[in-house]
Amino acid sequence: MASLITCPHCGTRPKEEFSIRGAAAPKRPSPTAKDEAWHRYVYVRDNPKGRYQEYWHHVAGCRRFLVVERDNLTHEVFGVTDAAELERAGAGE
Amino acid sequence: MRYSAYSIFKEALSGNRMWKPAWREPQPKPHYDVIIVGGGGHGLATAYYLAKEFGITNVAVLEKGYLGSGNVGRNTTIIRSNYLLEGNNPFYEFSLKLWEGLERDFNYNAMVSQRGMLNLFHSDGQRDQYARKGNGMRLHGVDAELLDREQVRRKAPYLNFDHARFPIMGALYQKRAGTVRHDAVAWGYGRGADARGVDLIQHCEVTGIRRESGLVVGVETTKGFIGCNKLALAAAGNTTTVGRMADLELPIESHVLQAFVSEGLKPVVDHVITYGAGHFYISQSDKGGLVFGAEIDFYSSYAQRGNLATVEHTMEEGVSLIPGLSRAKVLRSWGGVMDMSMDGSPIIDRTPIDNLYLNCGWCYGGFKATPASGFCFAHLIAKNETHHVTRFMRLDRFERGYTIDEAGRGPQPNLH
Repeated sequence: MASLITCPHCGTRPKEEFSIRGAAAPKRPSPTAKDEAWHRYVYVRDNPKGRYQEYWHHVAGCRRFLVVERDNLTHEVFGVTDAAELERAGAGE
Repeated sequence: MRYSAYSIFKEALSGNRMWKPAWREPQPKPHYDVIIVGGGGHGLATAYYLAKEFGITNVAVLEKGYLGSGNVGRNTTIIRSNYLLEGNNPFYEFSLKLWEGLERDFNYNAMVSQRGMLNLFHSDGQRDQYARKGNGMRLHGVDAELLDREQVRRKAPYLNFDHARFPIMGALYQKRAGTVRHDAVAWGYGRGADARGVDLIQHCEVTGIRRESGLVVGVETTKGFIGCNKLALAAAGNTTTVGRMADLELPIESHVLQAFVSEGLKPVVDHVITYGAGHFYISQSDKGGLVFGAEIDFYSSYAQRGNLATVEHTMEEGVSLIPGLSRAKVLRSWGGVMDMSMDGSPIIDRTPIDNLYLNCGWCYGGFKATPASGFCFAHLIAKNETHHVTRFMRLDRFERGYTIDEAGRGPQPNLH
């Protein structure tokens, strides 16, 4: 039920320690990008049913931004990764 | 048949065996003028007003479950029009006025009870904010009163006035606010629509939207293809799923909101009360159950059930506001999927597809809006022009920079 989140830095912690930022899929456009790109980033959401990546902030722990991958229909959690690490791994591809 | 004191008397004489079902169970016709996707409060109200106010009766409402199985049967039944912003207030006041005449209008007992609502405040800043909201309401001709601590105490002596952290300083009071029996709203609208010729088709899930040369021609469903001239979406938490069938890109995220009811108690909470220091709200049903709730679970969810952490948080808020609540037992809790919009306000508008109409983004405030939402959506579908009280509730307002951010929280759907 997503009641316990295994933080890669702090271990398994209760959900109440985290603050949820929202969908991790939208990528921040460049500052000079067109209005349309910014509109999509700020307001438009895929809102898929099923497997979903979300930014969670470990406010009462390491204070790192994490990407929690879970199923938003069953509330099963598949994995928790540090957002910066994920970003670096993505950039290395 | 018309319900009346006489009909109750007459049916009683035959042992109540002669009552007829309140609506038919038709098979879908091959083609309709208008198809409405979603047999919840808003979809049924739309069908009712399309038939009654705008004379369009060749209409089908498609519902994947049973009528009223979504949020109209899962909310905390509160009606009110205490909104500040120009884009919201006239709409919700229109809705409250429709509630006031609703039972007579659709000949069904929805138990509309204008018992008054107290929005408590706990600091000087919050009092100023509520005074501003109250003034905004009065400028729109809506009733609002600012009560001091003693006036609140006379109405609700059981509240925790001397809380160390959040003492109660007063309340913004809307006397015309109240509660309604939510299921009866769906049934009343459904019955009224059916009587005027609308086909209510249950257990019929829309699986695709068929388009030809840029226009919708009909929907694929679990009961086969059904053609239509106009298609209207009122799918609440599943708006994105249905919208994707027509390639709509929407400013919507789905979240679960929980609600709770206690065992039946003697009358104690006479009003609807909201806690200014949290998001807790409570009222008492006519059966005696305390009906209450608080925030959404904060993460995206399509599950119609919630997390225990939110249950605990809700109970803590409740006991903090009403210490006596700690002695009551919770009887049931449930969850509904909310179509949270990016500014916390709804969308009733046309879409990039000319004959596809959209009604969504109700967040967790959709129940009170049911009559006006149905009326204005029917107006839009019938006349192809926006009703004046929904002129701000446009789909393109985000792009244009005209969001209706009542709570002032920015594009963060889980905070609205």
